[in-house]
Amino acid sequence: MSDTFQLDGASVPFEPGQTVMQAALAAGHYIPHLCYHPEFKPHGSCKLCTVKIGGRTAASCTMPAEAGLNIESDIEELNALRRTLVQMLFAEGNHFCPSCEKSGNCMLQALGYDLEVHTAGFRHMYPDRPLDASHPDILLDFNRCILCELCVRASGEVDGKNVFALSGRGITKHLVVNAESGLLKDTNIALADKAMHVCPVGVILPKRVGFSVPIGKRKYDQRPISAQALDDAPRQGDAGGSCASCEGTS
Amino acid sequence: MSKKLRIATTSLAGCFGCHMSILDIDERLLALLELVEFDRSPITDIKHCGPCDIGIIEGGICNADNVHVLYEFRKSCKILIAIGSCAITGGLPAQRNHLDLESCLTEVYLTEPGLAHGHIPNDPELPLPLDKVHPLHEVVKIDYFIPGCPPSGDAIWKFLTDLIAGKTPELGHGLIKYD
Ligand code: SF4
Ligand code: SF4
Ligand code: FES
Repeated sequence: MSDTFQLDGASVPFEPGQTVMQAALAAGHYIPHLCYHPEFKPHGSCKLCTVKIGGRTAASCTMPAEAGLNIESDIEELNALRRTLVQMLFAEGNHFCPSCEKSGNCMLQALGYDLEVHTAGFRHMYPDRPLDASHPDILLDFNRCILCELCVRASGEVDGKNVFALSGRGITKHLVVNAESGLLKDTNIALADKAMHVCPVGVILPKRVGFSVPIGKRKYDQRPISAQALDDAPRQGDAGGSCASCEGTS
Repeated sequence: MSKKLRIATTSLAGCFGCHMSILDIDERLLALLELVEFDRSPITDIKHCGPCDIGIIEGGICNADNVHVLYEFRKSCKILIAIGSCAITGGLPAQRNHLDLESCLTEVYLTEPGLAHGHIPNDPELPLPLDKVHPLHEVVKIDYFIPGCPPSGDAIWKFLTDLIAGKTPELGHGLIKYD
């Protein structure tokens, strides 16, 4: 019999080595998240997954599960904090959803919907971030980057190419392309790379396929992200339940 | 029956799409008119706001006239609602915000082919453009936001009926949209 912890009053079983997030999702309990991806080592940067453990806050995607923990997640205090985090991400980039190819398939947008975020609230920063359209098949729109490093992790750990990196600190932190020219056309990225398929927002986009899925049929038109994240979560006993690329967490 | 609520609406730096969506609540407009009456609005063509319970504003702030109208609404309306992407985020007009206004005007009126002998419009009747386009909440306090480009008639109906019933308006999956 596996050990359990308490999440919002429910008993959640876990395997040794699982994080609170992994165990919760596997047991059918949704905790909002943005930079966590079941196939990668946790990054712990977006803080959407913040929970309260014994009155103290912790990122559930990096927190190792322990027997007897008493965890709160779906409470107004934390959802208000999550709403503010989503609002800050909207205000610090340029997120004009009506003209974004990712709209309807975007995790940031879907989280905003789930959390009933009606406005960014803050003063929008409208940063100046020119596109990189140099590659014949791939567009980079830096305006929407939320610095989750999923592309960095995918390109390094899975593709073995290190096409992307984050550079700078604090508010000047930004995504860079690993080429002398700084342009995507001078890298060996390819459409089939994992890095092409992990961006939760609309930064790394294959060209000439935008808007091909009509409104109403896109991923999050159907069901909210909270429902879909549970379907996508690895289950106990699944072959790839804790995947090979998550060394250190499995 | 209790006194009807007075509602004013206007479009600032918007495209009137949100107003089209207000009309899209269709026959429910008749039910709405049992509860509210319209003050200043493109629907009534009244030019200035009297005292109102609710003001609904589409579009952001891109010129000096927009600022005056917004102040008039904030002064006259107990509750102010920003409707649509442009009112809430600046929207399409704000796509010029990372550019310098002078270079925008120069490119459009002077250097673009076809307008070789053009000039930057300077008729005193024209409101002066602002350096940057702003969402409404950066200029006055906004009480509620109905996102969408435009929000659907159903979303507007749900929001207004919640509000009129004295509930905190909630949209929920399918009605909340940023596009
Ligand atoms: S990346 Fe997402 S939130 Fe940003 S503009 Fe595109 S759809 Fe909207
Ligand atoms: S480009 Fe996308 S995947 Fe990469 S850091 Fe930015 S948001 Fe994350
Ligand atoms: S999902 Fe845990 S910090 Fe981003």
